[in-house]
Amino acid sequence: MDFLVAHFSQAVFLFLAFFSLGGAVGVVVLRQPVHAALSLLASFLGVAGLFVLARGEFLAAVQVLVYAGGVMVLFLFVIMFVNVRAVGKEAQYLRPLVPLAVVGGLLFSALALTAMWALGRRPPADAFPLVSVAGQEVGNTEAVGWILYREYLLPFEVVSVLLLVAMVGAIVLGRKPKEMEKA
Amino acid sequence: MVTIGHYLVLSSVLFAIGAGGVLLRRNGIATLLGIELMLNAANVAFVAFAKQHGNLEGQVVVFFVMAVAAAEVAVGLALLVAIFRRLQSIDVDRLSAMRW
Repeated sequence: MDFLVAHFSQAVFLFLAFFSLGGAVGVVVLRQPVHAALSLLASFLGVAGLFVLARGEFLAAVQVLVYAGGVMVLFLFVIMFVNVRAVGKEAQYLRPLVPLAVVGGLLFSALALTAMWALGRRPPADAFPLVSVAGQEVGNTEAVGWILYREYLLPFEVVSVLLLVAMVGAIVLGRKPKEMEKA
Repeated sequence: MVTIGHYLVLSSVLFAIGAGGVLLRRNGIATLLGIELMLNAANVAFVAFAKQHGNLEGQVVVFFVMAVAAAEVAVGLALLVAIFRRLQSIDVDRLSAMRW
């Protein structure tokens, strides 16, 4: 019991990591697009939990609202709109599996080695700046809002324009072509 | 104690799985799902670095990544719908024509 109390954060981390990695594997392995999308949802929720563990409470909320909410609904909507009936008969994966597996393995081992190198380096800095404004403890959301609307105001506005452009682009792309409308 | 190494190992595994999904799956929707996984892996790394350095800028970058990912999903799915209207299929292997 003492062991669990002493290593509680590791236990929580392992649980959430298992969740997010299991969901990720499901995305690649599961045949039905709906199953893959729901598996991705599990992965998103696990990552949201990891954000909480790393003192990013605001980002965890945004993760649940934007990804688990908006993006997932969009995916499921399109999957049901497209309604791929032929799934299950065709091959699931592209052909050149072996070279891709080698490339993927190399990519993964390079990334993992970098991470291992960082493992056991300096201990994390004091988390106080993540939850404070001007030396006063306020909470993560206020702190993010403070920095977002002061130092990152221009990028924030640019991103809002980007979202508008993406919305218009999606509407234009999703419109039926003229010859199909007549038919 | 959960160190930055824990987060980085998890992030790299997530990224590799997402990259594998993008490279291997034939279904166009599965490709987009893999891209989402890779973006999420990058977000995990950013949040871990923000914690490591006690600096909020990493979390602000994650916020922007999420906004760009939302835009990417909207346009990508609209493209898939347009492709499906033309080909009655979203198999990325069949997208070999440079013009309709």
